[in-house]
Amino acid sequence: MSHDTIARWQFAITTVYHFLFVPLTIGLSLLVAVMQTAWNRTGNIEWLRLTRFWGKLMLINFAMGVVTGIVQEFQFGMNWSDYSRFVGDVFGAPLAMEALIAFFLESTFLGLWIFGWDRLSRNVHLATIWLASLGTVISAYFILAANSWMQHPVGYRINPDTGHAQLTSIWAVLTNPTQLVTFPHVLAASLLTGGAVVVGLSCWHLRRGHQVELHRRAVHLGLVVCAVASVAVMISGHFQGQVMTRQQPMKMASAEALWDTERGAGLSLFAYGDVSHGENKIDIKVPYLLSFMATNTFSGTVRGVNDLQAAEIARYGPGDYTPVMGVTFWNFRAMMGLGAVYFGLALLGLLRMRGGHLPGGRYLLLAFIGASALPYLANTAGWIFTEMGRQPWVVFGLLRTSDAVSPGVSTAAVIATLAGFTVIYGSLAAVALQLFLRHGRHEIPTLNPNVTIGGRSRPGDALPSLAY
Amino acid sequence: MLEEFWFVLVAVLWVGFFVLEGFDFGVAALLPVVGGSDETDRRAVLGTIGPVWDANEVWLLTAGGAMFAAFPEWYASLFSGMYLALFLVLFSLIIRGVSLEYRGKATTAAGRAWCDRGIVIGGVLPALLFGVAFANMVRGLEMTPDHNVTSGFLDLLNPYALLGGVTMLLLCVLHGSVFLALKTRGAVRDRARLVTRSLAVPTLVAFAALVVWTVTIRGGIASAAVAATALLALGAAVLAWFGERDGLAFAGTAGAIALLVASWFAALFPDVLPARGTPGNSLTISAAASGAYTLTVMTWVAVLFTPVVLGYQAWSYWVFRRRLVGADLAGSHETG
Repeated sequence: MSHDTIARWQFAITTVYHFLFVPLTIGLSLLVAVMQTAWNRTGNIEWLRLTRFWGKLMLINFAMGVVTGIVQEFQFGMNWSDYSRFVGDVFGAPLAMEALIAFFLESTFLGLWIFGWDRLSRNVHLATIWLASLGTVISAYFILAANSWMQHPVGYRINPDTGHAQLTSIWAVLTNPTQLVTFPHVLAASLLTGGAVVVGLSCWHLRRGHQVELHRRAVHLGLVVCAVASVAVMISGHFQGQVMTRQQPMKMASAEALWDTERGAGLSLFAYGDVSHGENKIDIKVPYLLSFMATNTFSGTVRGVNDLQAAEIARYGPGDYTPVMGVTFWNFRAMMGLGAVYFGLALLGLLRMRGGHLPGGRYLLLAFIGASALPYLANTAGWIFTEMGRQPWVVFGLLRTSDAVSPGVSTAAVIATLAGFTVIYGSLAAVALQLFLRHGRHEIPTLNPNVTIGGRSRPGDALPSLAY
Repeated sequence: MLEEFWFVLVAVLWVGFFVLEGFDFGVAALLPVVGGSDETDRRAVLGTIGPVWDANEVWLLTAGGAMFAAFPEWYASLFSGMYLALFLVLFSLIIRGVSLEYRGKATTAAGRAWCDRGIVIGGVLPALLFGVAFANMVRGLEMTPDHNVTSGFLDLLNPYALLGGVTMLLLCVLHGSVFLALKTRGAVRDRARLVTRSLAVPTLVAFAALVVWTVTIRGGIASAAVAATALLALGAAVLAWFGERDGLAFAGTAGAIALLVASWFAALFPDVLPARGTPGNSLTISAAASGAYTLTVMTWVAVLFTPVVLGYQAWSYWVFRRRLVGADLAGSHETG
């Protein structure tokens, strides 16, 4: 394998892995904040019990997001130094803003939340979890703005002396049309992930008859979040499709294995074809649906891969501008399909819960437990699709991925760190999952309703610690 | 002008990182020594950094982000150039973060013991490696004219850099023991003070040697003056120890670390990465910097948000200002 292939694998592994933890951090910190707010408002101690239970699980996940996030900040310089030199003037700004504005916020206030139960007043303590949650959302905004610039560069010029991109408008970068549709999509997907995990674990308890009243409460909150979030995912995704069709038509065509330009194009459900000849042998389609997704009209024209390949050769010179079709096509389907399945499940669960019932019987509860994996698969598929669909570019139209690697780093060194990261990430996945499940299986402890929380408590009254 | 301002700002961010994470590294490295074998004592030791270490680590991420935004060539050359060393840093920081966060959630004594090992490794290794890396940055790396580093990993292990690593490790451990004395009472504090006493002389010697060597490598009146002040700060910390002035001692070690890092940046100026052997290939501040527009934008962001960040981070230290106690005093309710 060549140097840049190994570097690509390393980026893919570390980034996909990082994004297993990020959506749950975003989703769950918000859900925990909602639970604690419910306790604060109603005084119902059940909400406090849920806050503490889910707060601990949130922290187990949060730690993994933090430690894998450090790698994200530095690996551009390590493996992609020519990329860093080319984009740093533009791309570095949102990254630095993310650290200064978001990372400090989430880490400082999460520290205050974990250790501050008996040091802060109730309202101030509640504010700390909301500020930490806000930090995770702001962080998502900046990093997605940076990624959106790679999908659709705006607000820059090419410096004639250095040949590197140079920022001309930070406002254009932060309000990139790609960003404005991507941010709500990722945020909603994160809430869906958080909701689905709450639903899955709580259903595991319900299925065993544990603390039914308490877990039912959590399932209901989780399902409401999932239902609303999946609608938001679909709507934002629909607008993303149109932006993508305009900005990266090749990505849209490869998402659909649409070889030839069509008016009133159908949405492919299943296709099998010959990539080297640019044709499908089997293609089962829903009529007109692709045109609707891509252009918002059923008769709109969607350009095909063969036409786009010719157009890009004319524009950028000889080369292969077609992404790996099997990857883009199937990941696009996995993302949409799994998201849609969860939307259906969430609606079904909410319907079943009306009138104080459980969200389902034995089998439906089992389905909810298994379905907590669906948002993870959909998130991963979505990122693989959008990053692979941009290839051969790392910055669309400006810089090829193969020209972005570090020329001074040896292939052996990249292999060594790839092996190192894979080993440590693999072991930590096992540790984190085991810890999550071990604590997740615990009974939620009862709390003394007279427990003093907020302000100075006397030792003995204190809550069991979430701290070390 | 703006470029020099950002050079100073990057230096300030690294200073903040070393001062704050310095005691996190030191406390982590000292866990078995000051924490002893008693679980309550160990918790008291870790409790001193528990609420703050993660936000302290963000200084590293902000320093890295600021280098990326303001000096992309510096970020690219340095991090690809010290590839394997940086990997080891990331590796040890991953181990540390997970060990610190999972220790209290481990359900078995064996799990806690593994976390304790990770915490010690995560305290010792980054302090050592950052010292080696910074010393090498000041000493210079072999580079091509387009600033791709050709020095290998073993080239980083030269005597000057190793002294830099050992000194940084000693300083961080000393800083940690002084911080522990400031944040605890009773037997834990007594043990921390013993550590300070036994480390004071070796640290002073290593520090003085490093300062002299730095001046001979990249002499400059400014860096020499800053380094001399650093030595004075360290001396003051040792004197404060005799008077049991914990706050003053902490200010002394913090000042020593801050001034050491500042003297390294002063020695670098006006380069950001000197080329060893071929001075013409050195990467200068102006060659590494982003355009004026980016620097102006980032200046506004820094001016608006840094005071807010400093404000709430300082407040979090105020909230957790109480001294912690180990097993010997755990029953009493006094507040410190």
